[in-house]
Amino acid sequence: MNRFLLPLGIFIVIAAFLAVGLGLNPREVPSPLINKPAPAFTLPQLHQPEKAFSQQDMKGKVWLLNVWASWCVSCREEHPVLMELAKSNAVPIYGLNYKDPRDDAIAWLKQLGDPYVLSIADRDGRVGIDYGVYGVPETFVIDKQGAIRYKQIGPLTPKALKDKILPLVKELQL
Amino acid sequence: MRGLALAALLLFACAAMAGTAVPTVTDPLTNKRAVHLAEQLRCLVCQNQSIADSNAELAVDLRRQINEQIEQGRSDGEITDFMVQRYGDFVLYRPPFKAITLVLWLGPGLLLTAGIAALVFNLRRRRAQRVDEPLSADERQRAELLLAARGRK
Repeated sequence: MNRFLLPLGIFIVIAAFLAVGLGLNPREVPSPLINKPAPAFTLPQLHQPEKAFSQQDMKGKVWLLNVWASWCVSCREEHPVLMELAKSNAVPIYGLNYKDPRDDAIAWLKQLGDPYVLSIADRDGRVGIDYGVYGVPETFVIDKQGAIRYKQIGPLTPKALKDKILPLVKELQL
Repeated sequence: MRGLALAALLLFACAAMAGTAVPTVTDPLTNKRAVHLAEQLRCLVCQNQSIADSNAELAVDLRRQINEQIEQGRSDGEITDFMVQRYGDFVLYRPPFKAITLVLWLGPGLLLTAGIAALVFNLRRRRAQRVDEPLSADERQRAELLLAARGRK
């Protein structure tokens, strides 16, 4: 009896590790930017390219930076969630239009609705690289001091919003 | 002969395909450095490919970043740091040795040592259990009979 105990123990440990490993999502790579200042940028606005927008303009406010593109399928999936959030006025949403032709982006917003206070155009994806974007859509929660506090990789779900983002925003807004 | 030619052709075809993923820089030394760096960085879109291998848009952009930074005279370490600051240690195919990766680096060695220790321990115990008792008179007689029978054949 005793000599089966050790192999059984080892098996249980390995099985437990594998079970946990199977439940993890390898697509979600933790961002090193959490709790660091949001990378600086100055980009033209999507609708008014002659006007610029910088992360500096949002000092003192809690806001969301949502990376989106008209070619991105999951962005369509997340769009109703953003519209709902914009309607609730809980937090201002700014869009980072990532590697998208301007006309396509504007047409997309016209067709589906525009949840953003404004969008900025990152045509060649350089600001995206600074923010470590690798899977659009992504959403950053940025606090009053201009630090990134949370990053959602992939589409925003009502659950992620309710469980993580909105409680965090509320806490940061105090 | 024909098979050999075909093999060579296929090999060159592969080499040609591999070459297309990396944008050519006019200076061969810069190009070599860029490819070397790109091979050590993981593409986050298709995670089992390096930036050099991948044709994902992000990989193309990151290769452009590498080329630009080499042209700006940055060192390999600075370029790698640039990537790690944005994408984390995950972009490195060779993770750094630090507290959080201790198990990753030392685990296999520890497991191997534990395995060898267990093996040695078991072998020793088995040897200790072996007893060399002399044969009894009965057994000796039987053994001699058997040996004699074999000798007659």
